[in-house]
Amino acid sequence: MVNKKQGLIDQKLQDVNNDGIDRRGFLKCMAWAGTGLVWTMSGGIPVSRAFAKTIDRSAGKGGDFSFVQISDSHMGFNKPANPDVIATLQAAVDKINGLPKPPEFLLHTGDISHLSKPEQFDIVDQVLKSASAKEVFFVPGEHDVLEDNGKSYLERYGKNAKGAGWYSFDKNGVHFIGLVNVLNLKSGGLGSLGGEQLEWMEKDVKHLKHSTPIVVFAHIPLWTVYPEWGWGTEDSAQALAYLKKFGSVTVLNGHIHQTMQKVEGNVTFHTAMSTAFPQPQPGKAESPGPMKVPAEQLKSVLGITYVKYMRGEHSLAVVDSTLG
Amino acid sequence: MRRNVWVAGLAMPVMTAMLLLAGTESVTANDQPSAAIAEVRIDNFSFGPQTLTVPVGATVTWTNRDDIPHTVVSTDGVFKSKVRDTDEQFSYTFAKAGTYPYYCSIHPKMTGQIVVQ
Repeated sequence: MVNKKQGLIDQKLQDVNNDGIDRRGFLKCMAWAGTGLVWTMSGGIPVSRAFAKTIDRSAGKGGDFSFVQISDSHMGFNKPANPDVIATLQAAVDKINGLPKPPEFLLHTGDISHLSKPEQFDIVDQVLKSASAKEVFFVPGEHDVLEDNGKSYLERYGKNAKGAGWYSFDKNGVHFIGLVNVLNLKSGGLGSLGGEQLEWMEKDVKHLKHSTPIVVFAHIPLWTVYPEWGWGTEDSAQALAYLKKFGSVTVLNGHIHQTMQKVEGNVTFHTAMSTAFPQPQPGKAESPGPMKVPAEQLKSVLGITYVKYMRGEHSLAVVDSTLG
Repeated sequence: MRRNVWVAGLAMPVMTAMLLLAGTESVTANDQPSAAIAEVRIDNFSFGPQTLTVPVGATVTWTNRDDIPHTVVSTDGVFKSKVRDTDEQFSYTFAKAGTYPYYCSIHPKMTGQIVVQ
């Protein structure tokens, strides 16, 4: 009996829709398509529900909440790949405001500005003021810490942060950790967290119950997506080791301007689209720079990420949505 | 005879003026035996050429032709540019011989070196 059940489960994992795509392949496919399907992991078996249905289901349930991740707004960028990054950021806010239930808050995973200029940060703050979510949490991207080793970023966004801008907070029993991996980058290297931040993180999670869902957010991916292009973090393994004991860990990153997802045990890694311009897939171009697409297609390669926590569910549901 | 003398008389000040001008003119490749000004082109997330050899005293100018900002930062703390957006430049004059590895502090996978000899 047990064997038959296991066999069925294996089959489900391997070929969910009988279309020749296994679970891993589907997640990869999903990431590129950016469709409005919600995938939740329930005991390791992916269960899909239509986007709208999931939101309705949550209405009124205590403890459930949702938030939206936006990333890489690059305010100040004005090259052919997107001559109007203000308009596309506004489109992202419009998308957020169109959700049936306002998200509790926004997470911005960095590259807020393009050149760390005060007026660029100002514009982003201004545009985000019109979002239905009134609270925004930030972590810096490498474009936000250009001139003064992140001093002006910290003055603006790091009031409750430690060191170069790392911090944690709790929402409805979920523990959020914002990390900074874009400073003191070494020649030829990848992103870097550094000893001081890692020490802080170890202490920060030490006394949390293993059942506490964890969300980690940082700009550069905390897993090695494509080292040739610097898409990874040198010392993220240490950070992830501190999270080994937790049953549910969701890692949200930006930097690569496309969605990518990896599931490793209890950890789901996910990168968001940019609201400014897309970048090529790993190795598919000479360099990871802005990728030009026909103007009418631009909104279809930019997007936001909707994340939902449902009390009692094993993992958070992460859904990407394009701007158009 | 007279005309020749007159022409010669003119020639002297003209020649002097030309010599003086040559002295104050900015250095160009045509006037100097080897590259006293050398260029590195930043494009597609790379420095080109990645290794550039120049004589002692040369000035190297980096020009960003990429559509993304970059920096030029010596790994040994010898020089450090401000952030350079498209078409912006950074120059450094190398007074001492040696090898000077550098990278872009925003995109650290971008590396290069200047060899001064």
